[in-house]
Amino acid sequence: MSKKSFRQAINEALRQEMQRDPRVILMGEDIAGGQGGTAGVVDAWGGVLGVTKGLYTEFGANRVFDTPISEASYIGAAVGAAATGLRPVAELMFVDFVGCCLDQIMNQAAKFRYMFGGKARTPLVIRAMYGAGFNAAAQHSQALYPLFTHIPGLKVVVPSSPYEAKGLLIEAIRDDDPVIFLENKVMYDDEEEVPDEPYSIPFGEANLTREGDDVTIVAFGRMVNFANEAADRLEKDGISCTVVDPRTTSPLDSATILECVEDTGRLVIVDESSPRCNMATDVAALVAEQAFDALKAPIRQVVPPHTPVPFATVLEKLYLPDSARIESAVRSVMAYKKAKQDA
Amino acid sequence: MQIAHDILLRSYRSMRTIRDFEERLHVEFATGEIPGFVHLYCGEEASAVGVCAHLTDTDTIASTHRGHGHCIAKGVGVDGMMAEIYGRKTGVCHGKGGSMHIADLSLGMLGANGIVGGGPPLICGAALSHKVLNDGGVAVAFYGDGASNEGTTLESLNLAMVWQLPAVFVCEDNGYGEATGASYACAGTQKARAAGFGMPYFDCDGTDFFAVYEAAGAAIAHARAGNGPVMLHVQLARWYGHFEGDAMTYRANGEVASLRAEHDCLKNFRQRVTEVSLLEPSALDDIDASVKDEIDAAVTAAKNAPLPEPADLEADVYVSY
Ligand SMILES: Cc1ncc(C[n+]2csc(CCOP(=O)(O)OP(=O)(O)O)c2C)c(N)n1
Ligand SMILES: [Mg+2]
Repeated sequence: MSKKSFRQAINEALRQEMQRDPRVILMGEDIAGGQGGTAGVVDAWGGVLGVTKGLYTEFGANRVFDTPISEASYIGAAVGAAATGLRPVAELMFVDFVGCCLDQIMNQAAKFRYMFGGKARTPLVIRAMYGAGFNAAAQHSQALYPLFTHIPGLKVVVPSSPYEAKGLLIEAIRDDDPVIFLENKVMYDDEEEVPDEPYSIPFGEANLTREGDDVTIVAFGRMVNFANEAADRLEKDGISCTVVDPRTTSPLDSATILECVEDTGRLVIVDESSPRCNMATDVAALVAEQAFDALKAPIRQVVPPHTPVPFATVLEKLYLPDSARIESAVRSVMAYKKAKQDA
Repeated sequence: MQIAHDILLRSYRSMRTIRDFEERLHVEFATGEIPGFVHLYCGEEASAVGVCAHLTDTDTIASTHRGHGHCIAKGVGVDGMMAEIYGRKTGVCHGKGGSMHIADLSLGMLGANGIVGGGPPLICGAALSHKVLNDGGVAVAFYGDGASNEGTTLESLNLAMVWQLPAVFVCEDNGYGEATGASYACAGTQKARAAGFGMPYFDCDGTDFFAVYEAAGAAIAHARAGNGPVMLHVQLARWYGHFEGDAMTYRANGEVASLRAEHDCLKNFRQRVTEVSLLEPSALDDIDASVKDEIDAAVTAAKNAPLPEPADLEADVYVSY
């Protein structure tokens, strides 16, 4: 056990799985970097934010492949390789670039198993970074996990901390289905204690980062941290929250979410993806349909407005949910009094 | 080739403006005051300016993530650009877009682009507009050697030929896509790629304004005359990292220093025009001084400009809803 950053935790998961299984390969733009450069240095970058640094040096050119800037072909190649014996982990850099290769994910990888009558396996992981807070503007800041969650056949992982990232990535690599693994780009330097040995965290099992009596907060990815911060402050005022980190949006641990809402009777959902047809609406529908009687107050969603992500810092701050907004949503559901029902 | 004085002066001014704008951003970025990603165009000025010297506001260009040079060459004002990069309300995009999304459609500037290979298809559409509306305009896609490997780019070359569009595909080949060399990432040659689509091909040294001006003139004339699309391959080099903050560990020591010493389009321009007394050194000095003031003023204004307001967050998503 030692303190590791989100970046190091991901790097370690990749390294340990590559050591364990020779079929695990990596591909992506500049994941080594420096090939064809005048310095003659390979592994010059280790990915645009240094997440795969050292893996080319350790595993060599037959395991780690720098790609041309050709997402449709290399993501498609990862799909094809996965269907024929390898276990590729392809890095898409920014998840926004999925626009360039969605067919290979949506119409190919996701459909093979079902469409081929259960005869195909596509053990593929696509890693990409997501999220606002980097002033990266509209084409480099989206939180597109609902887009993938919408597609049957894909599994979707949104880790909320270094510990979670390592265990969930190892699980993703060992999983026989195509998995989209989304890393919040603002979290790469976050640190916590992470075991040195390999471990996996099963998909579809939510993690309760704390348990309380009054309000259930369901949050995704980086938003779990904000929910915890809000819960800390609320605790001081005697409001106790359960914070649910579903870890994966597909499969979704609906049972745990429903149980928590049954216990607390109040629900706040925090989702940094665009507000229409996102995880917040999905969870709200689930609870409204299956735990209606338990609800003491309307469900509240803490989500961004239905706009592209703005560039300027002031606007981006307004755009993104934060712990203050979560706190006030929790207070508002606590303050809610049911109007007298008409007979 | 004879180039009119006013074009020479304008072009020099434009190249100097790009250079100073970028050198200044490099300095300002290091202070931490500039948010987001910034990709500098230093060293490549002659390409944007040599191409855009043949264009009017009717013509359309699409740019890339490394877009400041194209914007300036197409006539976007440095005040609005600088304010945009600083995320101010007075920016050309009201602080909504930043460095990678500077656009001014009133000047035929269809935007820098955060998506590599995003421009070429758009340029097919812009060229289609010029063709259908019969306005005499041409549409120019700037794209990098890295972007030349995107399916969108290759499909656009084909589409432009099939539809015989007044489109010009300017491949700015600086030898790198991020940290990966073009010699690794690009199979074949751009020339052979053009030939594969039956597309006329021109090339030039992108650090020599006169070479670009001449080749671009021929390429654009071809497209403007209704003879279909063309490719212009411009060989050049960037002087800074892929983005600000890139330590360029993949480039040989001294590579950039020798580029600055031997392939500086501004130095070469000055030498060329003063040697044969086309322009007086003092005329160029005057431009240098006035551009310096202009950039100083743009930075000061940007730093002091108002920030966007909360209501701006939800404005301009739709024309109507
Ligand atoms: C679709 C897509 N893939 C990858 C990226 C990340 N990226 C930004 S710039 C760049 C390199 C582009 O190289 P090139 O086209 O040669 O332009 P240059 O940077 O050399 O001007 C990459 C890979 C992106 N922005 N969009
Ligand atoms: Mg390049």
